[in-house]
Amino acid sequence: MRRWLLWLPLVAFVALAAVAVHGLYRPNDLTVRSRLVGKPLPDFALPPLIEGRPGVSQADFATGAPRLLNIFASWCVPCIAEAPHLLRLKAAGVPIDAVAIRDTAPAVRDFLARHGDPYARIGDDPRSAVQFALGSSGVPETFVIDGQGRIAMQHVGPINEADVPRILQALEDAR
Amino acid sequence: MRMLALALLFAAAPAFAQSNVPQAELAWKQLPDPAREAEARALMEELRCLVCQGQSIADSDAEMAGDMRALVRERIAAGEDAGTVRAWLIERYGDYVSYDPPISSASAPLWIAPLVLLLVGAVIAARSFRRRRG
Repeated sequence: MRRWLLWLPLVAFVALAAVAVHGLYRPNDLTVRSRLVGKPLPDFALPPLIEGRPGVSQADFATGAPRLLNIFASWCVPCIAEAPHLLRLKAAGVPIDAVAIRDTAPAVRDFLARHGDPYARIGDDPRSAVQFALGSSGVPETFVIDGQGRIAMQHVGPINEADVPRILQALEDAR
Repeated sequence: MRMLALALLFAAAPAFAQSNVPQAELAWKQLPDPAREAEARALMEELRCLVCQGQSIADSDAEMAGDMRALVRERIAAGEDAGTVRAWLIERYGDYVSYDPPISSASAPLWIAPLVLLLVGAVIAARSFRRRRG
């Protein structure tokens, strides 16, 4: 047999080891992202949760101007952390609609009284149906919806200080 | 001491509870039609729980998994077949949501590699047997 063939197993082993080492040292990212980013918002209509505040439906988007769709819950602790940044976005003139996951009216009223109320609309999603329809996998999550009703960006997890300019930029690009 | 620990565990239970809304009925209740329930069950066992990755929604007590079980049962009870429900979820979450993902360029090597290795082994074996005889 040709001499160089003797090296073949070693080469194969080194290649396999390289793949394994690459996989082991790559930072582990368990974020589940929606596959609907770049696609139109799916059809949905949620009833209002608290009185005096309309519910949310797909028809409320695609109005020519981009909006934020925030998925939150009064029982969600990271949602408290993102509340001041949503208020900043609201102060910057960004319209924000919300989907409240598995929540009750008194709990949401209390949450908004404590942590501020940035929402133009709040839809009641007691069975996470719209969350599944959007490909969202937890609370909080925020979607940037462009003026044509397409999902321009998904932010998974609480919005923190550093995310605000990024989201404002995405809203600007979605105009 | 053990009793105290147990008492503390029960006292802590509300802290682990998530929302204050009761779970969907179909999260925990089987469908009346056994054939449909079996179809729903098979699908639930191969869907990933998104907040407790590594468990299926059939295995998980997470509220989101309960909501997804209710979604699967509702749709199958309404006459959709399991494949359609699975495709609907894959469209939103990608192949990752299924423990039985369709063959793609990423998963194909896993299926093909054993066959290739068997073939290589067979060739090596055949050659060495021939050499010994000769």
